[in-house]
Amino acid sequence: MIYLDNSATTRQYDEVTDLIAKISKEEFGNPSSLHSLGLDAEKIVKRYRKDLIDKTNLKRITFTSGGTEADNMAIFSAARKYRRENKKYITTVIEHPAVLEAMKRLEMDGNKVAYIPVDSEGVINISALKEEIDKDTAFVSVMTVNNETGTVQPINEINKIIKEKAPNAIFHTDAVQAFGKMRLENINADMISISGHKFHGPKGIGALYSNEKLNLLPYIVGGGQENGLRSGTENVPGICGISLASSMSYRNFDKKMEKLTSLNEYLYNGLMSEVDDIRLNGAENRLPSVLNVSFLGTRAEVILHTVEQEAIYVSTGSACSSNKNGDSHVLSAMGLMHKDIEGAIRFSFSEFNNTSELDIVIDRFAKAVKRYRKLGSYR
Amino acid sequence: MNEQNIYIVRCGEVALKGTNKPYFERMLVERVKKSLKDIENTEVKRYEGLIYVRTDKTTPQMDIIRRVSKVFGVASLSPAMECASDIDAIGEAAVEYMNNIIKEKGIETFKIKAKRADKNFPITSPEVARIVGAIVLKGCKVLKVDVHNPDCMLFVDVRHDKTYIFQDKIKGFGGLPLGTNGKGLVLFSGGIDSPVAAFMMAKRGMRIEAVHYHSYPYTSQRAQEKVEELARILSAYCGYIKLHIVNLLPIQEQIVEKCPEEESTILVRRFMMRIAEKIAEDNQCMMLITGENLGQVASQTAEGLVVTDETVSMPVMRPLIGMDKIDIMDMAREIETYETSILPYEDCCTVFLPKHPVTKPKSSRMADSESKLNVEELVNNAVKSVEVVHIGC
Repeated sequence: MIYLDNSATTRQYDEVTDLIAKISKEEFGNPSSLHSLGLDAEKIVKRYRKDLIDKTNLKRITFTSGGTEADNMAIFSAARKYRRENKKYITTVIEHPAVLEAMKRLEMDGNKVAYIPVDSEGVINISALKEEIDKDTAFVSVMTVNNETGTVQPINEINKIIKEKAPNAIFHTDAVQAFGKMRLENINADMISISGHKFHGPKGIGALYSNEKLNLLPYIVGGGQENGLRSGTENVPGICGISLASSMSYRNFDKKMEKLTSLNEYLYNGLMSEVDDIRLNGAENRLPSVLNVSFLGTRAEVILHTVEQEAIYVSTGSACSSNKNGDSHVLSAMGLMHKDIEGAIRFSFSEFNNTSELDIVIDRFAKAVKRYRKLGSYR
Repeated sequence: MNEQNIYIVRCGEVALKGTNKPYFERMLVERVKKSLKDIENTEVKRYEGLIYVRTDKTTPQMDIIRRVSKVFGVASLSPAMECASDIDAIGEAAVEYMNNIIKEKGIETFKIKAKRADKNFPITSPEVARIVGAIVLKGCKVLKVDVHNPDCMLFVDVRHDKTYIFQDKIKGFGGLPLGTNGKGLVLFSGGIDSPVAAFMMAKRGMRIEAVHYHSYPYTSQRAQEKVEELARILSAYCGYIKLHIVNLLPIQEQIVEKCPEEESTILVRRFMMRIAEKIAEDNQCMMLITGENLGQVASQTAEGLVVTDETVSMPVMRPLIGMDKIDIMDMAREIETYETSILPYEDCCTVFLPKHPVTKPKSSRMADSESKLNVEELVNNAVKSVEVVHIGC
């Protein structure tokens, strides 16, 4: 199996799997229980929470069921706080649906929401952002790294603009695709979302980092866990898993990044030399873990199914359909035409990939594209 | 009163059969038995033209109703109460029955309708209704009689030694018991029509096998999942279905390369028929079944049907031929295949769909185009590559 869909999800580290099994068996107590079994579980949660804390410069971690809940929580907590004021919310057109759909909900509730466009490389239009931010702005959400192109957004620059023009506004960044693939200690934001399964951790667990000074209103209520911010019995094995995965993915980090960079270049150069008519989607300044390429004159989904027969797994920029409804909103926002999006394939790497795999990938893609174009050119 | 639940199952058309009636009845009993085979302590018996199902009191009624109402040949069924054919016993049972219904549904009015299958019973039907009604009025204080618009219509069916009391008649699909009418092979696309077509033939007693064509990797594997799911839904009615799966891509590639674009749909259709006929012959199927419907799409024009038909010698059944799409959709909803059929996977790739398909194809033109292909070899290779999935048992 050649797995190049690591932006969708990753293979869990074996160490994480083992830890989760061990904790599930041995430490099944409820941290809220008064007895010592509960206390043990509480201690474990505390310890593993601490291991996560130095990965960003925000000191409060609230565990959630995943990236979607972390994004929803950031947005709905802020919206609840400002529910009686006529405030403005700002985000970009290329966010994950977990942000976009939550923003739509705010709009339906009568709030003003602005969507900032991006340029042809998928980078946020800073001047449009500057224009949009005013003293009524309550909340801004801009993703750290885009999931489809790997394009990195200028988060610190955005933060600076916000703090100048709307000092009270909360700045949230969805770092689901960034965590474990770039250092986040120097990222300045008030809230950061992450998701365990994107960096070889377990599914069903994520977290929202936030500034301790932020007075948030919970949007899931109940037993008051997580300092009242997110009720529900703690996912003890999940918390251990996400924490261990984070530590492991930042271990030997520079070396790993070097490897990913060379894999990314290797694949791009290989495809460029073996396949005609391809275009790179995304910015120069992109995460080395993502490579998005359009094979012009093909349908990515057919290519995907062709290579999956040899256990090569990638992802497409378009759900194959005869109309444009299936097109990626990210690639559309970057100004790509339907015919280019149709042929867009996303390769996303992890530390488990190597160049000999990529040789096979280049060869199989060249064949698949050729076969498709032979049929296609008949038209 | 009794430790068992009892259900009266009425045979539809089976009851109209002449000298073959015992055979059809026996088949129907077998089918009903089979539909309940994994439920313990059930008893299915034929008596005086009806089928009686007895189960443990603890077996959920809905489960029995859901299963038995799907058996072809069943006109209707009713959960019933059984008592001795004696007017006092009937009255007592009716009171108990009504009290249960009052508890469950909170009804206020009722009417009784009585029938004597046993004409030796000393009291006439209207009399039975009147007497039992009076007993119920006395026994269930909250109830009143309403002969025009009752909340509950209670049926009293007086038979030779037992009497049955029931309220609902749950409709079945009618038709004839499965296995009384040979076996057919349905061309099963995963759309709305073909499951309905298969259902209609199975309803007349025909056993069903199915063949599904795909163009993987030009179509997704999820499309096949969907077809298997549809077959699973159908198998609740049709029993075991042998599903043959064929990849048409090698043929489509040849057609695209060598034949006129506008003919590609109908040419592919001709190949589907040829392959289906071979599979049918190899599997003792007597006829082909399609969900085609006159004029629905380009390949289903009168001319289109003529040129697809001429590729095979086996009869081709098209039970939907004269139906409107909207009626087919209603039927698909009724047999619960609709929601699965409209999942979007199957039309995923339109690579092989010509922009302007020919709507009045001619046999001679088809033959010209096919002369550029090695038809026999393509068909044989396709048949050789069939993958079989077994659905429902």
